[in-house]
Amino acid sequence: MSFVANTPAQCAEMLATIGVPDISALFDDIPPRFRVKHVDMPEGLSEAEVYDRLHRLSHRNAHELTCFLGGGFYDHFIPAAVDSLCSRGEFFTAYTPYQPEASQGTLQAIFEYQSAICRLTRMEVANASLYDGGTALVEAALMALRITGRTRIVLDSGVSPIYRHMMRGYTRNLSIDLDEIEVAHGQADRARLGAALGEHTAAVILQNPNFFGAVDDFSDIAAQAHAKGCLVIVSVYPLALGLLKAPGEMGADIVTGEGQSLGLPLSFGGPYLGFMATRMAHVRKMPGRLAGETVDRLGRTGYVLTLQAREQHIRREKATSNVCSNEALCALRSLVYLSVMGKQGLRDVAWLCAKKAEYAKQRLSAIPGVSVKRSAATFNEFTLELPIDASDAVARLVDRGIAAGFPLGRYYEGMSNYLLVAVTEKRTRAEIGHLAEALESVL
Amino acid sequence: MPGRRGCTLPKLTPAEEACHLRIPERYRATQPPELPEVSELDVVRHFTNLSRLNFSVDSHLYPLGSCTMKYNPRICEKIAALDGFAGIHPLLPQLRGGGMLTQGALEVLYETERLLTEICGMGAFSLQPMAGAHGELTGIMLIAAYHRAHGNRRSTVIVPDSSHGTNPASAAMAGYEVVTVPSGPDGCMDLEAFKAVLNDDVAAVMMTCPNTLGLFEKQIHEIADLAHAHDALLYYDGANLNALLGHCRPGDLGFDVVHVNLHKTFATPHGGGGPGAGPVGVVPRLAPYLPVSQVVKRSDGTFALDYDCPKSIGYIAPFYGNFGVVLRAYAYLLLLGRNGLTEVADHAVLNANYVRARLKPYYDLPYDRTVMHECVFSALRQCAKGVHAIDIAKALIDEGFHPPTVYFPLTVKEALMIEPTETESKEAIDRFIEAMIRVARLAEADPAAFAEMPQSTPVSRLDETRAVKAMRFGV
Repeated sequence: MSFVANTPAQCAEMLATIGVPDISALFDDIPPRFRVKHVDMPEGLSEAEVYDRLHRLSHRNAHELTCFLGGGFYDHFIPAAVDSLCSRGEFFTAYTPYQPEASQGTLQAIFEYQSAICRLTRMEVANASLYDGGTALVEAALMALRITGRTRIVLDSGVSPIYRHMMRGYTRNLSIDLDEIEVAHGQADRARLGAALGEHTAAVILQNPNFFGAVDDFSDIAAQAHAKGCLVIVSVYPLALGLLKAPGEMGADIVTGEGQSLGLPLSFGGPYLGFMATRMAHVRKMPGRLAGETVDRLGRTGYVLTLQAREQHIRREKATSNVCSNEALCALRSLVYLSVMGKQGLRDVAWLCAKKAEYAKQRLSAIPGVSVKRSAATFNEFTLELPIDASDAVARLVDRGIAAGFPLGRYYEGMSNYLLVAVTEKRTRAEIGHLAEALESVL
Repeated sequence: MPGRRGCTLPKLTPAEEACHLRIPERYRATQPPELPEVSELDVVRHFTNLSRLNFSVDSHLYPLGSCTMKYNPRICEKIAALDGFAGIHPLLPQLRGGGMLTQGALEVLYETERLLTEICGMGAFSLQPMAGAHGELTGIMLIAAYHRAHGNRRSTVIVPDSSHGTNPASAAMAGYEVVTVPSGPDGCMDLEAFKAVLNDDVAAVMMTCPNTLGLFEKQIHEIADLAHAHDALLYYDGANLNALLGHCRPGDLGFDVVHVNLHKTFATPHGGGGPGAGPVGVVPRLAPYLPVSQVVKRSDGTFALDYDCPKSIGYIAPFYGNFGVVLRAYAYLLLLGRNGLTEVADHAVLNANYVRARLKPYYDLPYDRTVMHECVFSALRQCAKGVHAIDIAKALIDEGFHPPTVYFPLTVKEALMIEPTETESKEAIDRFIEAMIRVARLAEADPAAFAEMPQSTPVSRLDETRAVKAMRFGV
C-alpha cells in the first residue's frame, strides 16, 4: 500500500504530457551502476495486518505496571480534550507556518503557548519550543556563552544526570569548560558553587526540584552569580510551578524544562517538549522560533514568525542555533492542557502530587530499615535509602506489577541502595499501600 | 472568567489529606500562575476554531518544496496512541531485567533501524536525533569523533551554496568553520570550485541529492572520491530522499553519513512545526561512534539496549529519540513494503515532472532538465510586471492552495519550488496547475490586483516589520 492515487490511465496521460515513454526514463540521471537491484524488505501489508502486528507488539511492553518511576518523566493524567483537539488534522498535518495568512491557527497557538510558558515561569519571553528538556538546557548554556562572551559553565550535580551526560557530549567539540559541583546532602552546595563562580563563568546551571526530588529557592545563588556577571539557568519541572516559587522570582536569566508532564504521554521517551524562556533583554540571543503579534493591511491583529534574522535559514552558520523543526504539536498539547487545567486546576494537580508523595514518603519510611534521604523538602519525588541494593528491590517488585522507582546507583557512585520514588495525582492510596507492602516483603 | 474551570480532579483520601506538606513557605509560589479560567467547552471551541484558520495536508494541496508534505495515513496515529506504546516509561529498560519489559518497543526500534539501513545502503542507524537538523548535528559530531580518533583536528566543513540553512548552522554548532562552494551552470555543485577548497583540513562535505533544485547531482560519485582521497567524509542531507526510494541508495553513491526526515519521506505529520525525527545512518567504520544507547538483537531473538559504547559521542537525546514518530514511520514502512517503496519515488517524480512540463510555458524554468521529486521555477517573467514570487504565493492562497516554497533555493532568483508528492492525484495537481496558470495570466493582465491578496484568509498580508519592532511575543 503506497497511498499513490494515480491510475495507470492517468500515468499514461502524464507521461505523454512530459514526453517520455515510461516512468523509468525519469530516473535516467542516476548512473546505471548506482541503480538499486533489490531492496531486502517484505512486500507491503494491508492496514488490518499492520494494525494487528503492532497491536500484538504493543502487548509485549509491560504497560500495566503501576508507575512510581519518575526521574524527570511522569505518569500524569491527560484530559481527553488534549488528544481530541490536537488530533485535528488541520493542526497535525500542517507544516511550519512560513505563510502566515494560511497558518493563523498554528501561529496564534504558538503565541498563546509562549504566553503560558511566561506566566508559568514568570519570565518575559518564551520561544516556540525545542526538542526536549535536555537539548533546551544545552541550548541555554550556548546562549549564555553568546551573551557573556565567557567560556565556563558551572553545573550543579542535582541537575538530571541524563542532561549532564548530554551537556558533556554536545560541548565536546567546543572550547567550553564544564565545572560540575557535587551536591551537599542532596542540595545545591552554596559554598562550593559560590567559589566556582569567576570572571570566566558564563552561567551556573541549577534544577528545581533537583534530581533527588529536593525543592529549593535559588535566589541567594542568583544574587551571588549576578554580582560576578554570571547568568543563572534554571531547569524546572513545569507542573511543580502550580505550587513552587517560579524561577523568574528567584532571579533566573534563562529557564528551561521538560514539558512532558503538561499533557504528553510518556511514549517511551518522545516526542517530548523542551521549553525555554528568558528576559526580553536576551531575546535576540535566544535560539528557536518565535511568534510575534502584528497587524495586517486592514489593521486586524495577526501573528507571524518573527526575529528570523537569528535563525539558520537566514543567518546560516552565524545563526543562534540550527533548530528548524521543533515540537510545535507537543507545545500545542501543553497549551491545551494548561488551558483545561487553568489557574486552579494546575494548583490542584500540584497539590495532589505533593500530598500523595508526602503520604507515600510517610508509608515507605515507616518500613523498618527504610529511610528518607538527601531531600528535606520535596515536591512529588523523593529519595529512599533501602537496606538492600535498590536494583534488586525494583527487579523483585516488577514481578508484583509495580515499577517502584529508579535506582540511583545507575548514575551516582556509592548510591546503590538509594531509590528515587515518584508519585503523581494518578496514584491512589491503595496503590501506594500496595507499594509499601510489596517493598516491605522483599527487604 | 474568574472561578471557572475546565477540569475536575480526584479528591484526596482522609489519610492523604492528613499528611502535612513539608514545603516551607519560602519555597512556595506567592500566587498561582495566571492561567486561563475557562470551561472545557470554552477550550474545545477556541482550539477547534483556531484549527480552522490553518491550511494543512488534510484540507489543502500543500506543494511546499523540499518539505514533502504527503498524506499521513490515519492508521499510524491509531498505532501511536496504543497504551502499550504511549504508556511506556522510558526508564523501564534501565531497570535490571528491564529490557524484557519493553520487547515490543525495542523490536520497533531494531526493525526500523534495519529497514532504514537497507533503504539507505548504510552500515548502521541510530534513531536518537529528534529532527532533521538534530540529525545533521549528530552526523557532524560523529564525523568529528572519527577524525579525533584518527588524531586529526580538522577545522572546516564544505557546503554547496544551494544547501539548506541548517547544514552550515549544524556544522558551526559542532565547532567547524563553513566553506561555501557555488553551483555551476547546470545547477549542480561546481566541481572546479570544489577542488579549489578541498584539502586535508576539511572534515566533511554536506550535500543533498537530489539537490534543492530537484536535480540529481550527476558528479556525486566523483565528489565522494575526491573527498575520500583527503579522508574528508561525505554527509547526506536526507530532505529529498523521497525521490530515490527503492531506486538508488545514498550509501552506494559514496555517502558516509546520512540523516533521513521521518516526518517527510516516511509520512509522519509535521504538526505545524514538529515533532519530527532525524535518524542518522553511517557506514560500518563510523558505527562505533553512534550515540548511546544502541539497540541490539541477541542470539536468542530478544532485544536489548547496549550502553557499553566506549567510542560513542554520548547522549544525543535523553532516550531513544522521538519514539512516537519512529513508530509511525515503522508502521508506514510496513504498509509500503518493497513494492510500495519504489512506487513512492516513481509517482513523486512523475508528478513533479508533470508540473514542470505543464507550467513551463507560463513560468521561467532556469534549469530545464528532468527533475526528481520537485521542480523550481522563477517568477522573473512576472517580476517584470511588478509581481513577485511572494505575490504569486498569496494569490495561490486565495485559489485554495498552500503556496510552494518561495525564495529558496537562494541560487534561483524569485524561486517557486513545487513538490506535489506521490499522494496527490492527477486531478488535484491539474487543479493546482490551472490555478498557477490563472495567476500567471493575472500577472500579465492586472498586476496591481496582487497588492490586496490574499483576501480569503482571516487576515490579509501581515506587517512583518512591525512584528520585529513591536516585539510582542505573548500576553
